[in-house]
Amino acid sequence: MSLLDYFRSKQKKGSASLAKERLQILVAHERAERNKPSYLRDLQNELLQVVRKYVQVDDQAISVQLEQEGNQEILELNITLPEQRS
Amino acid sequence: MARTIVITSGKGGVGKTTTAAAVGMGLALRGNRTVVIDFDVGLRNLDLIMGCERRVVYDFVNVINGEARLNQALIRDKRCEDLYILPASQTKEKEALTKEGVGQIIHELSEHYDYIVCDSPAGIEHGAYMAMYYADDAVVVTNPEVSSVRDSDRMLGILSSKSKRAENDEEPVREFLLLTRYNPARVEAGEMLSVGDVQEILALDLLGVIPESTAVLNASNSGIPVVLDQNSEAGQAYADVVGRYLGEDLPHRFLEVQKKGLFDRLFGG
Repeated sequence: MSLLDYFRSKQKKGSASLAKERLQILVAHERAERNKPSYLRDLQNELLQVVRKYVQVDDQAISVQLEQEGNQEILELNITLPEQRS
Repeated sequence: MARTIVITSGKGGVGKTTTAAAVGMGLALRGNRTVVIDFDVGLRNLDLIMGCERRVVYDFVNVINGEARLNQALIRDKRCEDLYILPASQTKEKEALTKEGVGQIIHELSEHYDYIVCDSPAGIEHGAYMAMYYADDAVVVTNPEVSSVRDSDRMLGILSSKSKRAENDEEPVREFLLLTRYNPARVEAGEMLSVGDVQEILALDLLGVIPESTAVLNASNSGIPVVLDQNSEAGQAYADVVGRYLGEDLPHRFLEVQKKGLFDRLFGG
């Protein structure tokens, strides 16, 4: 590194920290996908059928998320009901 | 009973074959009977890196198909009598590697050798599966670069779910990180992921860091595993890797920029 580079390098932050940040998010996301139990999709389909017995909802209206918080796993179930027409 | 080590990465061009050749040679130099197997059917290259390309007669697939005996296909290294190479087939389909066939050969080899080093092809297709399936240990070769790190993580997922040990609920494959083509100057300038960054992302035990070095190309040009070039940093770093793998507690070297004199600092060099 020459003297000129020395001053120049102080001015801008390198791209490595950006790479690290992007990778941390991506790897965490991909690991979570990978570690999902395989029954989650079946569970979602079956729940959808049950809900449809009573309310007509579309495929996107139901979401099943599994999240890890410390030692416990949280199964989060979200069903968006259609707006009431009056 | 041999220990089976897979050299894997997911991404191509990160230094798997260079590592397989160096680690195989390093283990054999310490008196361990070692065989290195090339799993890259159709794109054989280990023979070239090890400098025995003109001595290949029979290959891995010939043995699986019963066209040759294992002893006819194994090539003994001319520099180290404890080192053998089992070359990949250049012409056959990669599906020629059957799980049973590979298992039979690994079983047979494990009765006569201490270490079986499996050089995996790039990608996550059949050849890569076969290379990692019977592994006891995995060396995940990674460059400090986003796509390589991501692919390594993908490979870790495969090792922990698709290997024989995972399928049989045995003790999991031991996984190690080997960071190659490391450039301390670029790390210092903030342009390259540091060894700490990669370790933090992948959460793996660090087996070693191989600095970017002209010695690696020189070694492959001449068909000499780089670990034999003990004047080079890369060669010394690979020797350390082998020592650490065998349980020695060695400090990591070549992680810092070599300090230059005042003249170099002022005028570059």
